[in-house]
Amino acid sequence: MPELRNFTLNFGPQHPAAHGVLRMVLELDGEVVVRADPHIGLLHRATEKLAETRTWIQSVPYMDRLDYMSMMCNEHAYCMAIERLLQIDVPIRAQYIRVMFDEITRILNHLLWVGCHGLDVGAMTMVLYAFREREDLVDAYEAVSGARMHAAYYRPGGVYRDLPDRMSQYQESKWKSAAQIRPFNEARSGSLLDFLDDFVSRFPKLLDEYETLLTDNRIWKQRLVDVGIVTPERALQRGFSGPMLRGSGIAWDLRKKQPYEVYDRVDFDIPVGVTGDSYDRYLVRMEEMRQSNRIVKQCIDWLRQNPGPVMSDNHKVAPPDREAMKSNMEELIHHFKLCTEGIHVPAGEVYSAVEHPKGEFGVYLVSDGANKPYRLKIRAPGYVHLSAMNEMANGHMLADVVTIIGSQDVVFGEIDR
Amino acid sequence: MSATLEALSQNLQEHLGDRLKSIKVALGEVTIEVGVTDYLSVMQSLRDEPGLGFEELIDLCGVDYSSYGHETREGPRFAAVTHLLSIARNWRLRVRCFAADDSFPSVPSVTAIWNSADWFEREAFDLYGIAFPGHEDLRRILTDYGFIGHPFRKDFPISGYVEMRYDPEQQRVIYQPVTIEPREVTPRIVREENYGDVDNA
Repeated sequence: MPELRNFTLNFGPQHPAAHGVLRMVLELDGEVVVRADPHIGLLHRATEKLAETRTWIQSVPYMDRLDYMSMMCNEHAYCMAIERLLQIDVPIRAQYIRVMFDEITRILNHLLWVGCHGLDVGAMTMVLYAFREREDLVDAYEAVSGARMHAAYYRPGGVYRDLPDRMSQYQESKWKSAAQIRPFNEARSGSLLDFLDDFVSRFPKLLDEYETLLTDNRIWKQRLVDVGIVTPERALQRGFSGPMLRGSGIAWDLRKKQPYEVYDRVDFDIPVGVTGDSYDRYLVRMEEMRQSNRIVKQCIDWLRQNPGPVMSDNHKVAPPDREAMKSNMEELIHHFKLCTEGIHVPAGEVYSAVEHPKGEFGVYLVSDGANKPYRLKIRAPGYVHLSAMNEMANGHMLADVVTIIGSQDVVFGEIDR
Repeated sequence: MSATLEALSQNLQEHLGDRLKSIKVALGEVTIEVGVTDYLSVMQSLRDEPGLGFEELIDLCGVDYSSYGHETREGPRFAAVTHLLSIARNWRLRVRCFAADDSFPSVPSVTAIWNSADWFEREAFDLYGIAFPGHEDLRRILTDYGFIGHPFRKDFPISGYVEMRYDPEQQRVIYQPVTIEPREVTPRIVREENYGDVDNA
């Protein structure tokens, strides 16, 4: 009898279904996973250490680069933590803008997720449709911040600037005539809000299209149903949050349970799964997109009717406007101090969490009163979810590992930090 | 203080008694401090007492307090800070536990109470060198294979000690001492109380 040994397989770090730089050492018994040991840290940039050497504001763009699929939500947690330490209020219009962009971000994230997850398990077309809609939303990002991804739009005290009155338009070129680009520019003739209004009216239909492609698809179901089941008890033990927790049937959503900004003023529902398998998590995320769409619509209607400031008028925190700065000595000093030394945050510690598209994204800040954080800890949802990989993959086939990674919705920017 | 926070701090005092070193309510959050010896039993009670009910460990991280604030600091240097969440009660708690020995900091592992502490403790070990006796698989997690030192300690320079490059002669990637120096554009400043306050001038 020859001695039988388990087969050890290196999955990643260059595997297309490893969602970035995940290296996983899989111990296989035939085709069944016996042990999965994720090796992470290949994208570790020590964001938390870097933040200790930068002023409070300078770290905002680092937040974009954590979970680079839901940029503004990361900024949100960080800015909210600073605001709570400073105990300043954010103008109501800025709160609505933040909520609107958080939900746009959620749609962006889930669209990418459904596209890539589809790609991983063999539904090639999904990614094409998902990116078509993402294009409109990253245009909205670009309209407010100038950047399609790494926005740095939220600031402590509000948002950088108010929503623009006009959208950028497609230009005539030697490949596309004026007549050809006219339909593209139709929705872009008004303000950003008009553009988004057009999007939210179209989006539910598009979601129905995706669902026709996937929800009842036989192959999709064969790959997802009963794969990676997590019971509610295990989900709590493993520290799950967001869609991973709701997929297991626990109706926990920070937007409802510990509302921040104006989430208590908007109307939406929390979808909850039943069995806690990958298919339920898929259904939860699809429904979340519909709910986000509802929230965006409500924010648009409110924002149309209520103009106002979008930045705190506390000039120890937020810079004064250019005009005041050039006519008023005190504002000039404020500007100078803010731009050279940065804001001073009172000593103390705070943990602020937002309902990020992937789960609970928390920022733990310790300040000793300096112009830089003393300690910043980022609690990334993907980090916790990936740590349950061994438990979820155990006993499944090798091909199911791909499904499980997909349904965990991991992004390495936030896991490795 | 809101009613929930009051109820929480009352329950904490009731269930934990003298195992609590201190309890502080600030900025809408409750922080308790416990000693290393009581740490595990406190954590167990925090999860199992129905009046507390922290069924989820949200976060665990190391903190190095060696250069905190103006003056040189007295007391232990490393702490493990844990954030707990109760879904049933909808409240949060922060637990801080200072490690007794600065040269070999160690805090008992809570992985048996909350499995989610697994990677968090590995991270705190990797970045701060805090040992967690009771953890079954305390390996480095974020830093490179074969990394030396604990990079998030305050005495570890931001630029590190070694850098990596491809050496064409040896035809492999090698490590060498860093060739850059840390650069500080904006110095770190802690202002005294009421600095720049007009009324105080």
